[in-house]
Amino acid sequence: MLQEESDLSLMIAQIVQKLKGSNLYSQLERQAWASLQRPEIKLESLKEDIKEFFKISGWEKKLQNAVYSELSVFPLPSHPAAPPEHLKEPLVYMRKAQGSWEKRILKSLNSMCTELSIPLARKRPVGEQKELLNKWNEMGTDEPDLSLFRPVYAPKDFLEVLINLRNPNYENGDSLSFRTHLGLIQVPLKVKDIPELKECFVELGLNTGQLGIDDSTQVPPELFENEHVRIGQKVLAEQDSAAAQQYIRQGSPTALRAELWALILNISSEPEDVLYYEQLKTNVIQHDLLVDSLIYKDVKLTASNDDYYFVFEDYLYQVLLCFSRDTSVLSHFAYNSASPPKSYIRGKLGLEEYAVFYPPNGVIPFHGFSMYVAPLCFLYHEPSKLYQIFREMYVRFFFRLHSISSHPSGIVSLCLLFETLLQTYLPQLFYHLREIGAQPLRISFKWMVRAFSGYLATDQLLLLWDRILGYNSLEILAVLAAAVFAFRAVNLMEVTSLAAAEAVLADLSTLKVMPLLQIFLFATVT
Amino acid sequence: MSRILVPCHVKGTVALQVGDVRTSQGRPGVLVIDVTFPSVAPFELQEITFKNYYTAFLSIRVRQHTSAHTPAKWVTCLRDYCLMPDPHSEEGAQEYVSLFKHQMLCNMARVSELRLILRQPSPLWLSFTVEDLQIYQQGPKSPSMTFPKWLSHPVPSEQPALLCEGLPDPSRVSSEVQQMWALTEMIRASHTSARIGRFDVDGCYDLNLLSYT
Repeated sequence: MLQEESDLSLMIAQIVQKLKGSNLYSQLERQAWASLQRPEIKLESLKEDIKEFFKISGWEKKLQNAVYSELSVFPLPSHPAAPPEHLKEPLVYMRKAQGSWEKRILKSLNSMCTELSIPLARKRPVGEQKELLNKWNEMGTDEPDLSLFRPVYAPKDFLEVLINLRNPNYENGDSLSFRTHLGLIQVPLKVKDIPELKECFVELGLNTGQLGIDDSTQVPPELFENEHVRIGQKVLAEQDSAAAQQYIRQGSPTALRAELWALILNISSEPEDVLYYEQLKTNVIQHDLLVDSLIYKDVKLTASNDDYYFVFEDYLYQVLLCFSRDTSVLSHFAYNSASPPKSYIRGKLGLEEYAVFYPPNGVIPFHGFSMYVAPLCFLYHEPSKLYQIFREMYVRFFFRLHSISSHPSGIVSLCLLFETLLQTYLPQLFYHLREIGAQPLRISFKWMVRAFSGYLATDQLLLLWDRILGYNSLEILAVLAAAVFAFRAVNLMEVTSLAAAEAVLADLSTLKVMPLLQIFLFATVT
Repeated sequence: MSRILVPCHVKGTVALQVGDVRTSQGRPGVLVIDVTFPSVAPFELQEITFKNYYTAFLSIRVRQHTSAHTPAKWVTCLRDYCLMPDPHSEEGAQEYVSLFKHQMLCNMARVSELRLILRQPSPLWLSFTVEDLQIYQQGPKSPSMTFPKWLSHPVPSEQPALLCEGLPDPSRVSSEVQQMWALTEMIRASHTSARIGRFDVDGCYDLNLLSYT
C-alpha cells in the first residue's frame, strides 16, 4: 500500500541521515577510496563493484549491524502532523506530569546550590586540575566532605509521583468500583497478560535449553551447554548483531558475554572512541560540577557498601564523571519523555546564545544511579569500553526506569504489569498484602528501578540482563518481580505488617532467576 | 502527491443517546460530527487528518453528487475503523491519524458534506472526540511538458557516423560518465550531521542556577 511504502522510505531516510554523522560512514568512505586500487574494481561499474567488495570484506555486515542498532533504538517515524513532543510521549497528561516532576528536581537542586553556596559549575584552577589528573585512577581514596550533600531524589519519592498520576479523562471515582485499580498505579495502560508473555518470551519455555538452568552441575554438559557455547562462538565469528540478540535469549556463556553484549549494542573499540573518552576525561579535569559531588555521594552510599561491587569504586567514578560531560547523550531526549535541564552562563540570564544544558549530558543522577554501572565492571576492564557499553545501555534501557512515560518498557507500565500479574495469578496473596497495608509495589519498586542491580547475586543479574538485551525490553523485570512474590507466597501469607513483608523479601541474593521465571510463566496452573 | 487544504466548517458534536441527556446515568457512547464546506464546490477528497482523543471506532459517511440530475446521496465510506485496539486502555488514544482515499469503501469524487460517527464503548472515559480535523483534496498535477519535436524525433539523416575501430562504443561511455557524474553530485550534496560535542560557551561554563522555563 502507498502508506507503507512512504513509511518505509521515511524510515530509510531517517536512518541514513543518522548514520551519515557516524564513525562508520567515514570508515566506509575511506575503505571505498582504498578499494579503488584493487584490480576487480572497474570504473564502468563502480557502484556494483564497490558494493561487492563491501560484501566480501565484511563491511556490509558492519553496516547491517549499525542499521539494526538504529532500528532497535529509534521509534518508528511518526505522523507528519505530530509535533516532536509527541514522539517523546504521546499522552499529554504524562508529559505534564513529567514536566512538573522535573521542575521539582530542578528546585531541589537549586535550593541545594543556594544553601551550600556552591556554584553549579566552575572551572578548576590549574593546581587542582594537576592534582585530579594524578589521582585519576584512585579517586576512591579521596574522602571529600559530603555530609551536607543529599541525593536529589530517591526511588521512593519517584514512586509517590507515579502513585498520584491520574488521567484527567479517566473515571477516577472516590468510591470503589470496577474502574478503580486495586494496586497503586491508577492509569489504564495496556499491559500483557501471561498468555501474551508466553508468546513474547517463547525462548524461555520448558522445552528450550537455558543458561541458568540447563548448565547446572547435575545436568551433563553434552545435553545443552557445549552446543550452546559452540553456537555462541560461531555467532561471534560472524559478527552479526541480530543473530547475537536472538542467541542471547537463552543466556550467554560467561566467557563470551562481554563480546556478545558489545556486538548486540554495536560497540566497537576504534581509536576514535578511545580518543573521545580521553576528551571527556579532559572535560572532567577542567570543569568541576555540583553533579560530581552527587555522584561521589551516591557511589559512597551504594556501591562502596556492596559486597560485590566495592572493588570497582574507582571505575565507577571514571565512568560516571565522564558520562555527565558527554553531550552525545542529549540525542536520546528525542525519544525520552524527559527533557534536559537548562541554565545560562553567569551574568547572561535570558540570552539564548549563552543557554547551556546542565549537566552537559542532561541527566541528573539520583540515589542508586551508580548501580546501573556496577555490574558492567565485571565484564569490561578497559575504561573507555566500559564507558561506551554503559552509555549505550543507558540510552537504550535504563533511562526508561526513571522517567514518566506510556512506553511498554517504561517504569509506569512495568509497575502496572507487576501489579496486574500479581492480582490476576496470586489473588489471595495480593488481597492479603493489601489488607495489611503492604501494597506489593512498595516493596518491588526499588528492585525494578535498579533493574535488580544490588539485589540479586551478580551471576544471576547478568543472566537477567542477557534477556533484557535479547528481547530489547524491560518487561522481564516486572515478570521477575511477580515471580519472586510467587516464590515466597507461603511466607508472605503469614505476615501481618509492611515491615514484616519487607523482611521476608529483604534478601534476594540466594534466588536463581531463570527457574523462577520459567515456573511463573510456563509451569503455573492458571 | 500534493494536496490542498479544503476550508471546512466543523459543527459541534451531537451525542446520540436514548432518553433524556440530563437525567440518564450513563455517558453517550456515540457522537456525530458534521463537516460542511460552505464556500467550496463538490470536490474529490484525498485525505483526512486529525488527532484522536479517546475515540475507539470511527465511521465516515459522505454526501456524494453522482450526476447532475439525481439528488446527492449519503454513502458510508468507512465503517468502524479501529483507532484504539483496546477501548479500555490508553493505546492509540491520543495518536495522530491520516485516512486516505484508497482506504475508503467508495470513491470520493464530488463530496459536498462529511459526517463522522465516533464510537467509544468503554464507560471508563469521561469524554471522547477528534481534534484538529483537516480535509485535503488532490493538488494540481505537475504541468506536463511538451518537448520540442526535434528532441523526441531526431531527423533520420542525423545518424551518428561510424567511428573507426579501437575506440569504445559512445553510448556505453556516455552512460558510464552519467553514472559517475551522479555519484559525484550525491557526494557533493551530502553533509554530515555530526555534532561537535562542546558543552561550554567559548570555554566558559560558569553557571549559577538552573532555569525553570
